Amino acid sequence: MHEYSLMLALMERVEEEAAKRGALAVHRVVVRIGELSGVEPELLDSAFAIAAAGTVCERAALDIERVAARWECSGCRRPLEAGERLRCAACGAPAALAAGDEILLGQIELEVP
Amino acid sequence: MCETCGCGDPHMVSVEIQERILSVNDRAATHNREHFAAHGVLAINLMGSPGSGKTAVLEATGRAFAGRCRVAAIAGDLETERDAERLRTAGIPARAITTGSACHLDASMVHHALHHESLDGARLLFIENVGNLVCPAVYDLGQAFNVVALAVTEGEDKPLKYPVMFRKADLVLVTKTDLLPHLDVQAGTIDEAIGRVMPEPAVFHVSAKTGDGLGRWFEWLEEQLRARSGPDASHPARGHHHD
Repeated sequence: MHEYSLMLALMERVEEEAAKRGALAVHRVVVRIGELSGVEPELLDSAFAIAAAGTVCERAALDIERVAARWECSGCRRPLEAGERLRCAACGAPAALAAGDEILLGQIELEVP
Repeated sequence: MCETCGCGDPHMVSVEIQERILSVNDRAATHNREHFAAHGVLAINLMGSPGSGKTAVLEATGRAFAGRCRVAAIAGDLETERDAERLRTAGIPARAITTGSACHLDASMVHHALHHESLDGARLLFIENVGNLVCPAVYDLGQAFNVVALAVTEGEDKPLKYPVMFRKADLVLVTKTDLLPHLDVQAGTIDEAIGRVMPEPAVFHVSAKTGDGLGRWFEWLEEQLRARSGPDASHPARGHHHD
């Protein structure tokens, strides 16, 4: 359950941004979480409910954009199917993860004076 | 319009951040990595389930490298100093990090442990992570390599169930191979599963109990040590700068 410690890091960054802009409230926090990031969106959501209480994020919505894992050949860029051996059938090169390991804070929407 | 001062109603602004949520940890990991590089320390983050044989592999490694290379360890556990004590008995100066309820080590915990004098002068530093096949994979510690211990008793499908951990691995040690005759588990099937989650599978089959296969692991470590040996390799490990 590392989602709570991730959430604390996220809250710190959001609060810093809110303070910098003198925000009255945070309305929305958008994060991008990859399928192979090791982060469970549901647990992140529960952690947000706890961490946001009593902060500038109290009434904010957490939008979690899920990013599907996408592997491709590191040589010829041929996309690989999910569950396939992670080596290109065409050229033999190892696969590279093209998307799906994101743990990103994307945008925040603030109410400013 | 605001009636009090005429400044305008509060309004909404959208701010683009596009930053890794773990950027603070990433910075601490970069600091650790620079420190290891400056002092010629090979740092290995050893991960795996509770009971996957991490400590047993390190005990055998400590005995094999005794007198040849200074080995030290940082051992993370929720409670107790047992692993660190076992490692010290095997001749490895070890510092315990008890994380309480945290399921993983992070870069700043490792950084604090690095300041302990018992780790001075180490050339090979093992960071034995908290036993867990999920969370430790998310945190960069500044290591040169991630090594994952996977015991044959954990079953053939663990790599498929925990792809994040194996994707981050540079090397997998399939441990406790002496137990294979007693199990309905094929070593080849484990390798096959690893190949579906690890793009460039590097797998050694070892038994810390019989010593089988450990030679390849030791050779691998020596290769990495040779690649890192530099003129300032003898500097104490904890003397480093902070910005």
